[in-house]
Amino acid sequence: MTTTVEPVTPRTRRGVELVLLIVAIAVVLLAWVTVDLNRNGTVPAEIIPVAGGLVVLAGVVHVVLRWKAPYADPVLLPITTALNGLGLVMIHRLDLAAGRLGADGNANQQIIWTALAVALTVAAIWTLRDHRLLRRYTFISLAVGFILLTLPLVPGLGREVNGSRIWIAVGPFSFQPGEFAKIALAVFFAGYLVQTRDVLSLAGKRVLGFTFPRGRDLGPILVAWVLALLILVFEKDLGSALLFFGLFVAMLYVATERVSWIAIGLLLFGAAVAFALSAFAHFQKRVDLWLDPFSTENLERSNQLANGLWGMAAGGLTGTGLGAGRPWLTPFAESDYIFASLAEELGLIGAVGILMLYLLFVERGVRTALGVRDGFGKLLAIGLTFSVAFQLFIVIGGVTRLIPLTGLTTPFLSLGGSSLLANWIIMSLLLRISDQARRPVPALPIGVGADPATAEATQVVRL
Amino acid sequence: MNTAIRRLSVLIAALFGALLVASTVIQFVQAGSMRGMAANKRTLLDNYAQERGSILVAGQPIAKSVEVDDQYRWLRTYPDGRLYSQITGFYAYSVGNPFGLEDAADDLLSGKADRLFVRRVTDLLTGRETAGATIELTIDPKVQQAASDALGKNRGAVVALDPRTGAILAMVSHPQYDPNPLSSHDLDKAASAWKKLSTDRSKPFTNRAISGDLYPPGSTFKVVTAAAALEQGIVDDESSMVPGPAALDLPLTDQPLPNETRQPCGPDDRTTLLHALEISCNTAFGSLGLELGGEQLRAQAAKFGFGDSIQIPMRVSPSTMPAEMNQPQAAQSAIGQYEVRTTPLQMAMIAAGIANQGRVMTPYLIQSVRTADLDVIDGPPDPKELSQAVSTRTADILKRMMVSVVDNGSGRRAQIPGVAVGGKTGTAQHDLEKSPHAWFISFAPADDARVAVAVIVEESGVSGNEVGGAAVAAPIAKAVMEAVIGR
Repeated sequence: MTTTVEPVTPRTRRGVELVLLIVAIAVVLLAWVTVDLNRNGTVPAEIIPVAGGLVVLAGVVHVVLRWKAPYADPVLLPITTALNGLGLVMIHRLDLAAGRLGADGNANQQIIWTALAVALTVAAIWTLRDHRLLRRYTFISLAVGFILLTLPLVPGLGREVNGSRIWIAVGPFSFQPGEFAKIALAVFFAGYLVQTRDVLSLAGKRVLGFTFPRGRDLGPILVAWVLALLILVFEKDLGSALLFFGLFVAMLYVATERVSWIAIGLLLFGAAVAFALSAFAHFQKRVDLWLDPFSTENLERSNQLANGLWGMAAGGLTGTGLGAGRPWLTPFAESDYIFASLAEELGLIGAVGILMLYLLFVERGVRTALGVRDGFGKLLAIGLTFSVAFQLFIVIGGVTRLIPLTGLTTPFLSLGGSSLLANWIIMSLLLRISDQARRPVPALPIGVGADPATAEATQVVRL
Repeated sequence: MNTAIRRLSVLIAALFGALLVASTVIQFVQAGSMRGMAANKRTLLDNYAQERGSILVAGQPIAKSVEVDDQYRWLRTYPDGRLYSQITGFYAYSVGNPFGLEDAADDLLSGKADRLFVRRVTDLLTGRETAGATIELTIDPKVQQAASDALGKNRGAVVALDPRTGAILAMVSHPQYDPNPLSSHDLDKAASAWKKLSTDRSKPFTNRAISGDLYPPGSTFKVVTAAAALEQGIVDDESSMVPGPAALDLPLTDQPLPNETRQPCGPDDRTTLLHALEISCNTAFGSLGLELGGEQLRAQAAKFGFGDSIQIPMRVSPSTMPAEMNQPQAAQSAIGQYEVRTTPLQMAMIAAGIANQGRVMTPYLIQSVRTADLDVIDGPPDPKELSQAVSTRTADILKRMMVSVVDNGSGRRAQIPGVAVGGKTGTAQHDLEKSPHAWFISFAPADDARVAVAVIVEESGVSGNEVGGAAVAAPIAKAVMEAVIGR
């Protein structure tokens, strides 16, 4: 886990970020104008406030980064801006198709959520000077994550939407607490694993070349597995269960560097899926739809998968053009299926472009994990990065019929406040960690131990 | 931990690789086959998103696409919907375009036909939105209206042809229906219209003139028997004597073939061929059938078009003769019973062939194919001879005989003052429980025929005589002929 310190003078690269931000905003505005030109033949009047809003929101984060985290990764914010903006464009486009205008539009709602997400991001970067502070909240995070996960099961608070009970409703607001549980659990896993990784990676019997852990060390993974199974059973949410479980196994593997954990994890998850398949009609139906989405019977039951595929096929290589396709024919075109909506209008070229943006985002996250010097930061960075990548795989893999469809949001693109807030928080945590990773190691002043304040600031890992 | 992070990033890269492959498979490899799936609404909507060609009759659209401000963009409307319903069919979001020209000429109307290729390329280059081709029909609106009015509330069909070219001047099938609600963008309205009409027991979607259940031709088939007898030299001309007993003994069976009147057709049980046709003498044509045999009858019918697959461009059900006929069956077939089955269009072709010196012309409905701006792409078509069904001499004899049927025989109700009209009545039994169908086939003016007509009125005859054909069908044919020759 040691990293060589680069001998060159580190550069903040904030200028690069500014240029990339300008490009991202320009792409989004161009897309917005294209939608209106294709739909109504006019340049929309709202383009000025939209452009102003984007510049202000992205600009505020940029300025705060210059001030509070000057060494943060310069690519994460532009990618987030571009993805969030493209999501807004598609939501606005679907608003136009559905006749939801102005303040009633989903786009309007999403802009408000974006502003809130930016405010949270600014607050996080501002107040959280060092990501290692989070380690203090390891077990609080576990409690918070567990509470968030089980909130939808509380009678009167939770709501069942489309067969899955993963929502809570307070007054007019509805929320998917699972999105935040993801972050809390990543913090908990990182904190817990960094403490116990030695025990987990060293103790155990060797069988067939694998070192298997001792029974009592299996405890945490069993707890996580049971937790995932409980969510799966009571909330009927296979996607989230898969996501939390995959996240934990991945972090466990990174912490221990032992493949046996992955083998055990896959085995346990396989058992859970087999159980779910035999016990719940809900899952059997999903698998049936996945295997043959075009049969007459399946088309009658749920035409979502087939319509999404037809939409992507209609787009072909170059797409129908923004505003010129028919993404609204697919149910949940602006949430679960926003990738298919974009793929229809932007074509395979656009779809690959969007996947490349995510790949780049993930690559920056991995680079942050590799670069940061403390174990907790490494685990947290790779955990958050993996959660974004894996969530993307689950939802887009479902849309493209790679795996059975499970409802999850597409990070940054999908309509929905909880998802947007949670993913912006993930991005701000990655920014904070990358600032630590890329910051030059302060030269140790002579007599450092004498000054408690300096000691606090230069502390690398507190085990 | 860095080793594990690097390995994990390889896994992440593999996941992304899988997503890229899956996207490529859908949007590139399988895109074509997915677009072609019948249940794919996007493909259907693509068709709605471009202007479909009009169908014109005498320059006026009977089917046209009107731009509307909804997601389907082009609304298909039928200005004189009921009158032309069986010709146009309809174009519906939920069930597509299963009938009529909307189906049969879909490649032209949608602009996908090969012969429109050059047009499509120029449209692409000039940036013009490609519209389907416009189709001009051979239908004469006056004749169509007259045929529909004359048929009135009866179930049945009328076909009028130009004997010289085969152009279809009128094609009416009752009951009619209104195609407009079926093509409505109000999908509930369209669905209920479809449900109501498709389950209607009177089968309004069936174009009785060319398809649906075929009809027995009854006595109108006697002109085919007469044609065969003349061509084979069994009789010499209309004054040749033929047997005409009250009932004809049939070999191999105890059931004799009786006349409807139970009377002999002439003194000494003999009569002339002319008189036999005038009074529709069953025993005379039955005995000619015995002499000719099944093969000869079938061969003559085939020359008039029986068994041919014709597309006008709608598919016309081929009329059929029984495959095997023994002697009594040949006698039955000779008077249009047993298993002889035909369409009104086929019977009109027989009348037209006789009126046109024995030459049967291939019927057609499309006069010309035009661009949306009415530049002619194709047409008018060269009239095509289907066959020389009988010699000119035989045709002349048959023509004189049919004129005499109208002048002196069972077809008097088709007389038009000052015009020589040829015709033949028919009453076709099809179900012992129900009244027989009434037939009339005719042409006018006899010396230079400009129109040939076949009329069938379902279940309007009276069992045992020619009253149906004479009383019900002949006046309808008369009205249609008058509409053509303008008197």
